[in-house]
Amino acid sequence: MAILVYTEHWDGQFKKSTFELVSYASKLAEAANTQTVALSIGEVEEDNLRQLADYGADKIISVNQQNLKYVDNQAYSSVIQQVADQEEADILVLAHNNTGKALAPRLSVRLQAALGSEVNQLPASLDPFMVNKKVFSGKAFANVKLKTDRKILTLAQNSFGIYENTQEPVIEKFEPTLSDDQLQTQVAEVEKHRDKLLLTDAELVVSGGRGMKTPENWDKLKALADELGAALACSRPVSDEGWRPHEEHTGQTGKIIAPDLYIAAGISGAIQHIAGVSAAKYIVAINTDQDAPIFDVADYGIVGDAMKVLPELTEAFRKARS
Amino acid sequence: MKILVCISNVPDTTTKVRFVDDNTRLDTNGIQWVINPWDELALTRALQLKEDKNNAVESVTVVHVGGKGSEPTIRKALAIGADDAIRVNAEPQDAWFVASQLAEVVQQNEFDIIFAGIESSDYNGAAVGGMLSELLGVPSISAVSSMDLENDQVKIIRDIDGGKEQMTSQLPLVVIAQKGIAIEPRIANMRGIMMARKKPLNVVEPVEKDTLVEFVDYELPQAKPPCKMIDPENVQELVDLLQNEAKVI
Ligand SMILES: Cc1cc2nc3c(=O)[nH]c(=O)nc-3n(C[C@H](O)[C@H](O)[C@H](O)COP(=O)(O)OP(=O)(O)OC[C@H]3O[C@@H](n4cnc5c(N)ncnc54)[C@H](O)[C@@H]3O)c2cc1C
Repeated sequence: MAILVYTEHWDGQFKKSTFELVSYASKLAEAANTQTVALSIGEVEEDNLRQLADYGADKIISVNQQNLKYVDNQAYSSVIQQVADQEEADILVLAHNNTGKALAPRLSVRLQAALGSEVNQLPASLDPFMVNKKVFSGKAFANVKLKTDRKILTLAQNSFGIYENTQEPVIEKFEPTLSDDQLQTQVAEVEKHRDKLLLTDAELVVSGGRGMKTPENWDKLKALADELGAALACSRPVSDEGWRPHEEHTGQTGKIIAPDLYIAAGISGAIQHIAGVSAAKYIVAINTDQDAPIFDVADYGIVGDAMKVLPELTEAFRKARS
Repeated sequence: MKILVCISNVPDTTTKVRFVDDNTRLDTNGIQWVINPWDELALTRALQLKEDKNNAVESVTVVHVGGKGSEPTIRKALAIGADDAIRVNAEPQDAWFVASQLAEVVQQNEFDIIFAGIESSDYNGAAVGGMLSELLGVPSISAVSSMDLENDQVKIIRDIDGGKEQMTSQLPLVVIAQKGIAIEPRIANMRGIMMARKKPLNVVEPVEKDTLVEFVDYELPQAKPPCKMIDPENVQELVDLLQNEAKVI
C-alpha cells in the first residue's frame, strides 16, 4: 500500500504547486495510514528531488531517460503505471494542470481506477471513498463516490496549501521498460515564456475587460501588476479581439485560477468569466456600473472609472510599501 | 482521412443550476441544451480542415452518447456542417462509461483523427478524451490550441504550463482540444439547418459497461457576504483593507 504522487518539474525545478501536491498526498497518506511515494520523470538533481521530502515524501523515485524528455501521454502513463505497480500504490495523485489532465484519464483505464478529478480537499471518507468536486463550472459541488479498489485524484491548483513535514527520504532510480510503439508523438519545437509569472501560479492577479476600452490602456493594469508583483489576466472578448494573448484569458473556456487576490477592472462579471475566478480568495471589482454582476461576487468594490482608479491605486500601494 | 468529433450535450452556460430529489439529480426543467463549448470549437476546426482543399479530409462525423432527447443538439452539429452523426442510445453515466461507448464506435468505423473537448462544462471531468485514447491504444495530445494538416501529417501546438510545444504524431490520434483550436464557434445558417434534416443520424445500441464513480449528491456554493463598497476618492481604504483585513498583500 502507498500513495503515489506524480511530481512535475520545470527544467529540473519544482514549483510551489508541486509542494502543494506533495503536501496533499502526504496528508492523505497520514489519513490512510500509509506512506507517500513521489515520482519524478526527467532530469532533476538530487538536491532538488530531496525537497519533496520537506513536504512529506517518504520515498522518491526518479526516472531519467533520454526518450522521456517531453511528455508523451502513452509513454508517461506507462511509466507511472509501472511504478504504481512496483510500489503497490492504491491511490495516485496528480495535479489538475495540463499534464495531469492528459495523464490521469489514461491511467484510470490502465489501472482500472476510478478518477476523481479537480478535487479541492481531502476525501470526506476513505471507506466509502468520497471526494468533493466542482461541477457545472463552479455553480455547484458534487459528492462523488470512487467505487474501485485503486483510485486516482487530480488536485485543483492552489486549493489545499503547503505544509512542511520533513522526512528522511529513500531516493531510488527506476528503469522502466518502454517499447518504441509507446512513443508516437514528437515535440519539434518548444517556446517558453521565460521570466514571466505564470497566471496559474500567481498569488495576485490583475485583470482587465472590455471596459478598459483599448489595448493601450493596459499600461495602467501593467503598472499596478508590476507594483504588486502580480500576473495579468483578461476576459474572453479581450483575447478574442487580440488585445491580449489567449493564455491570459480566464473563465469557463479559458484559465481557471485560484489566486489570493483577483482585481477585475472593466469586467462585467458574466457567469462564464466568474467560472474561472470564483475560487479566488478575494475579488476586487472596479467598474463604472454599480449594477454590474461582478459586484455580486466581489469582496471589495469601487464604482468608478478604471482609467482614473488604477493609477491612484498603484500610487497608494507604492506609498504603503515604502 | 476521416475525422470524428465527440460531442457532449450540456446546459447553456448561463443556466442557473438547481437540484431535485434530495439534491441527487439536476433539475432539467427549463434548461436549454447546447453543444459543449470546447466540442463546438473542435467541430469548427474539423470543418475548416475539411474545407481546405489542400487536405484530403473525406468526412467529419459527430458522435454523441445520450438519449433521444439530445437529438436537437446533434442536429445542430449537423447544421453547422458535420456530414453525419452517430448517437449511442444510452444516458451518459460517468466518463468511463461514455469513453467505453465511444471506443466501441471507433472500433466499428475507422477514423484517423478523433477530437474531444478538454472537458465538459457539466461535470467538468476532463477525462473522456484521455480514457478513449487509452481504450483504443492510440496516442493522445491534450490542451491542443492549434492544429493543422500538412501532407496528411498533423501539426499541433499544445499548451504547457509556461509555454507551447509544436508537435507531430502518428495516426490515428485523439486530439483533446481547448480554446484557440478555433476562435469563434461556427453558427449554423438557414441552409445548414435545412440540410441537417436530411443528413444521416445513425442510432446504435450501447455495449454493457459498469461505472467507476457515482455522483451521490450535489450542493450549491455558500453565499458570499455582500461586497464592501469603497469611495473612489479614497482608494487608500482599499489598500488598508487588503493589508489588514484580507491580509493578502
Ligand atoms: C460558451 C461561452 C463561454 C464563455 N467563456 C468565457 C470565458 O471563459 N471568460 C470570459 O471572460 N467570458 C466568457 N464568455 C463571454 C461572457 O459571456 C462575457 O461576454 C464576457 O465575459 C464579457 O467580458 P467583459 O466583462 O470584458 O465585457 P463586457 O461585458 O462588455 O463588460 C465591460 C464592463 O466594463 C465596464 N466599464 C466600461 N467602462 C469602464 C470604465 N471606464 N471603468 C470601469 N469599468 C468600465 C462596464 O460597466 C462593463 O461592466 C463566454 C460566453 C459563452 C457564450
